[in-house]
Amino acid sequence: MPSVLEVSGLTIEFGGLRVIDDLSFTVDDGECLAIIGPSGSGKTVLFRALIGSVPYQGAIRWAPEARIGYVPQKLDIERDLPLTGADLLRAKAHVGRVPPTDVPRALQMVNLGSDVTSRPIGTLSGGQFQRLLLACAFLGRPSVLLFDEPTAGVDERGEDMLYETIHRMQVEQQLTLLLISHELSLVYRYATKVLCLGRGRAWLGAPTEVLTPRRLEELYGGPMTYHFHR
Amino acid sequence: MTADLPAVALSVAMAIAAGLVGCFAVMRRMTLASDAISHVALPGIAIALLLHVQPFVGGLVALLLGTLLIWVVESRTRMATETVIGVVFSGALAVGAMFTRGEELIEALFGGAGALPGWELALGLVGAAGVVVFVLGARHQLVLALVSPDLARSAGVRVERLSLLYLLAFSFTVALGLRYLGVLLMGSLIIIPAATAKHATRSLGSMLAVAVAVAVSSTLVGTALARALQRETGPVIITVAAGVFFLALLRRRPR
Repeated sequence: MPSVLEVSGLTIEFGGLRVIDDLSFTVDDGECLAIIGPSGSGKTVLFRALIGSVPYQGAIRWAPEARIGYVPQKLDIERDLPLTGADLLRAKAHVGRVPPTDVPRALQMVNLGSDVTSRPIGTLSGGQFQRLLLACAFLGRPSVLLFDEPTAGVDERGEDMLYETIHRMQVEQQLTLLLISHELSLVYRYATKVLCLGRGRAWLGAPTEVLTPRRLEELYGGPMTYHFHR
Repeated sequence: MTADLPAVALSVAMAIAAGLVGCFAVMRRMTLASDAISHVALPGIAIALLLHVQPFVGGLVALLLGTLLIWVVESRTRMATETVIGVVFSGALAVGAMFTRGEELIEALFGGAGALPGWELALGLVGAAGVVVFVLGARHQLVLALVSPDLARSAGVRVERLSLLYLLAFSFTVALGLRYLGVLLMGSLIIIPAATAKHATRSLGSMLAVAVAVAVSSTLVGTALARALQRETGPVIITVAAGVFFLALLRRRPR
């Protein structure tokens, strides 16, 4: 299976503090890589480096044909901001030079109606806003989707719906998926590979190899429990 | 302001640019910063007066230099932009006031017409058209960068460059208004119509349209009122704009 992403010797520092230290991994076409780790372990910083938002040392090589869709971490949007979901989708379509006909398709993929997109984005629920961002990411027909904390601020039912949508899209569109998550049960269910970041170390492997109680305790500094969503 | 056609055309062009630029200033939560930025024009005007150069040119140069300073601070350091703006631009106002005297100081602070040279009219109209074309053309990039700079970057937007261009458009708009509104009041014509539009609308297109309508109508009504009441134009324009803002507050926000 060809690699979509190759990261080698990646080091990221902020103000003298080394957040990521000499990290190397690859992601193959069609894989679902989950990135887990305690707060401050550099998960979001890693994503920001992957999209070229922060300076780094080392090498990040995307396959030339990779089209990246990015869904940022929970955003702090003012409630009275006069921007509707349709404004955001139009902006993304215009910037990505995507034909306007792709917008209804992207909305259909995430199961969002015009009653939601006509509302200001600050008034949407956590789940609706995440699905709107997901629709934005689908514009431009990405081959790789980067998803930072998909379910932050979303209730449990919305969480399951979101993961199911993402998983369905991954299968239907043959997407490569990179996601940051705290939901270990969902990671266990959907990820094909897990990258654990924390305490200056990194572990990479299949969920059954990496998500062991001992490793999780070492990673989070205490016993971790997780329940299965149904 | 004399009511001749070129002066009216320039003030309307200034108001359109102010309304559009203001929408993104308000959405980027730059309300207080915008007011402070306009103060940096004062030392430029003071130096221009000392050197017997057109005050507009001095104000514009100072604004552009101030803009570059903010951009460098925003993009290269971790210092809070608000802190730098608060210190540098209030300092600029003090330094400018030291070197400007009497009538000239009042005119620089609050605006005052004087003769409108042809080159200033032409530069003003072309500049305002440039600002309008930039804001309307870049509105989609500005929206993405506003919602999430990382999302914008991942879509190919060069966020730092966009931010510089926006700040330059903002500064140029302030410079356009120095003649009529002065250093102290021009920031208000950028912010008040946009703040009114933010309260009264719920989508980008309607916000831009309402902000332009409020800015242009406040400028025209304020100019006419100032003539009728024999008052300085700038303060009357801003009083009208503020009146419209408070009237809009009486209406409930659309849902």
